Amino acid sequence: MMTRRDLLKSGGALIVSFAFRQNGIAQGRSPELDSFIAVRSDGSVLLSTSHVDVGTGISTVFRQVAAEELGIPVERFIVVEGDTATTPNHGGTGGSTGVPRGAADIRRAAATAREAIIALAAKQLNRPEPELTIEGGEVRPGGLAVASLIGGKRFALKVNPNVKLKDRAHYTTVGKPILRTDVPLKCTGRQVYLQDFSVPGMLHGRVVRPPSFGARLASLDESSIKGIPDVQIVRKGSFVGVLSKDEWAAIRAARELKAEWSSWEELPGSENFEKALRAGTIEHDQTVINKGDAASALSGASKNLAATYYWPFQSHASLGPSCAVADVKAAGTTVWSSTQNPFGLRSNLAKVFGMPEEKIRVVYMDGSGSYGTNGASDAAADALLLSREVGQPVRVQWMRHDEHGWDPKGPAQLLDVRAALDPDGKIAAWETQMWLPGGPQGERALVGPELAGMAQEHGQGAGLMTANADPPYAIPHVRVVAHNLKTTPLRLSNLRAPGKIGNVFAVESLTDELAAAAGMDALEFRKRGLSDERAHAVLDRAARMIGWQPRPSHSLQIRAGNPYLAFGRGIAYVRYKQAENYVAIAMKVDVDRSTGQIIVRQIACAHDCGLIVNPDGLRNQVEGNIMQTLSRTLHEEVRFDRSKVTTTDWSSYPILRFSEAPSIEVALIDHPDQPSYGAGEAASAPVAAAVANAVFDATGVRLRSVPFSAEAMKKTLRASRDIPVVPRG
Amino acid sequence: MPDYKFRVNGGAVSVNSWDPDQPLLYVLRNSLGLHGPKFGCGLGQCGACTVLVDGKAVRSCITPVKTVTNREVTTVEGLGSPEKPHPIQAAFIAEQAAQCGYCASGMIMSAKALLDSTPHPTPEQVKNSLSGNLCRCGTHTRILSAVLRAARNA
Repeated sequence: MMTRRDLLKSGGALIVSFAFRQNGIAQGRSPELDSFIAVRSDGSVLLSTSHVDVGTGISTVFRQVAAEELGIPVERFIVVEGDTATTPNHGGTGGSTGVPRGAADIRRAAATAREAIIALAAKQLNRPEPELTIEGGEVRPGGLAVASLIGGKRFALKVNPNVKLKDRAHYTTVGKPILRTDVPLKCTGRQVYLQDFSVPGMLHGRVVRPPSFGARLASLDESSIKGIPDVQIVRKGSFVGVLSKDEWAAIRAARELKAEWSSWEELPGSENFEKALRAGTIEHDQTVINKGDAASALSGASKNLAATYYWPFQSHASLGPSCAVADVKAAGTTVWSSTQNPFGLRSNLAKVFGMPEEKIRVVYMDGSGSYGTNGASDAAADALLLSREVGQPVRVQWMRHDEHGWDPKGPAQLLDVRAALDPDGKIAAWETQMWLPGGPQGERALVGPELAGMAQEHGQGAGLMTANADPPYAIPHVRVVAHNLKTTPLRLSNLRAPGKIGNVFAVESLTDELAAAAGMDALEFRKRGLSDERAHAVLDRAARMIGWQPRPSHSLQIRAGNPYLAFGRGIAYVRYKQAENYVAIAMKVDVDRSTGQIIVRQIACAHDCGLIVNPDGLRNQVEGNIMQTLSRTLHEEVRFDRSKVTTTDWSSYPILRFSEAPSIEVALIDHPDQPSYGAGEAASAPVAAAVANAVFDATGVRLRSVPFSAEAMKKTLRASRDIPVVPRG
Repeated sequence: MPDYKFRVNGGAVSVNSWDPDQPLLYVLRNSLGLHGPKFGCGLGQCGACTVLVDGKAVRSCITPVKTVTNREVTTVEGLGSPEKPHPIQAAFIAEQAAQCGYCASGMIMSAKALLDSTPHPTPEQVKNSLSGNLCRCGTHTRILSAVLRAARNA
């Protein structure tokens, strides 16, 4: 049986037996079944999709739902992802849509295929269709192998959008922790990542970026690299690339090539950027919710709290820098990329490079992890630019400073939150105002083409930034307004759970402040404002997992033997995008009040995403969400001066290390009768708030600005009049 | 171009390099087709390129090829295969200790060096010895469990 690895070994030039190309899902037409599913004569089944795995395990989910509907064992399925020449376009990968949209499409396709196979078998066996089922890859009774009926042939049918789906009560594969097929390859060095991919005659390319975003190239000193063998230089406007058959020669040439650039100093700088955000020119105000009369209720209330929360720019900081291989030929261009949206990339490349879309084929390959939009599309444009200039296939991999310096960034956010308590200690009114960097709608500008002076759009999309900016609690007066600014100093990007983490940080921190002001236990205070049983269930579960004892915060508790080491607990809750997963995170932290170091000891998460397809894959995603967001909370801030990003390696942009990794316990709450939501983001959202709440419980001071570095913690402790900090020793 | 002779995964190799300072990483990946070691930073900061040289974990992205002459280099491919994984690889697979997996090869090689010298480490020892290996997807708890499982099974 052919494996996915064999398919990739064929050089990415996968020829699928069906002739289908672009289908019409995006246009609302019913898609061709053959674009999703091909049963091969050896009994294996190709599943084709535009949703890509990026290490999330979503391709295993696709295999499971298709296996379930088709009655063919899950191990016979091979998933082909994101090839604009062969896979259907049913959406890009992002926003946790892989399960609710991607898998739902595949489920309907597989059910349509099942009906078609049963119809064929009924004819051949001369039995009525209702008597037949498919199990173990064969039609029963009769034992006719599915491959003998349709193997190597086309269905020539549309996917039936109203097809009867298998009764969930009879699921045997969905709900099981089916193992991923890529893990054995990834753990033995056999997985062919994009970064490992090559084509015959390929050159290695590296880019030479300017020392500031707006600098123009004045001159190049080609003699500066004359000692390096076989290097070609490509210059197009202020775009500079170097190429060689030898990768190390390209790297050294990029490093040593001397260039003169104009100076450019038009960034505001990241120091006090929150002030720049507040003072920024507003493009438009967006009222997210306006219920009752928050302004009057706030001004009339006896007990008012107000605070400002800040989330900085953050980088994808993918572990492997972005990479692409491009081969521009007269007959057509192929780009191999780890983009999460191959069809979107193709359409933008076509526009920017003035090529017809049908002359560009984008082929997805797994790369180093991305969590939205990293530099993958930019690397693709670099490779295409260079390949077009030299007429040979080109592989571009960014260096570390290219990735940290030039990848599009998760946006900064500034939030003013105000709330009032009524005499019973309930939240009477709430107002959130947020400031978001912004810009025009449209495609994100690509770095290489921008430097080369090519015409393109300058869109600044970053995802649903305002979701979860309104509290989930029953409050009579609520107003949330987003001030979307005209500009942004750094290109914006969708970075995992965009906006939601910062919003929940503000909302769930202020909620905690309100609970403390009301003299109430933080868990009880939240539950009182929530009527949904599923919300109560996750909160109770997470609290129980860390042995939560009801009491108000803050309560100073000191570890025996170290008077500086205070410990505490915190909790935070989200219903993701107010309509999807229920997540509660509770944690225990220590704070070293002499060094300012926050030590997260234990994290418990209760997670309800409806029907669970693969509990192990889900758990892996939830753990990853938590650990990555803990890193973003404790350590991460993109800093920039007037010209450029200055945090361009792992020492200036540190991420969480093993020594700081807490134990994480995840409780999955399954609701087989409920719709499945995606889990790629939701558990990220409450992490920062839970840390801040635990730090408050331990120390009595509140961190309102990310990252929670030891320095920031120390400064906040010193600024607090209530907490004397005695220097150690 | 000078030739450099050393051993990789048990076999003798001879590779030439126009630059004696060319990092071992590119020689392994491009001259020898061993793609397990990954480029992550080129600065010795992230550990994605970790291989063993004479049993010690080194960052191949900052190890000049000239320094491994006559030495024994081991990459993740040399430990085992999908069909016959090494016990550490088997433990990573059993724990499903990967998301994107780009760091996995370096993690496994660092774990190999640790378990060779300390067959029964405490969780703290594992964490400390892997602290130079970065994981961006946040798979830390599973990687830790995998290394401890490998130690238990040894």
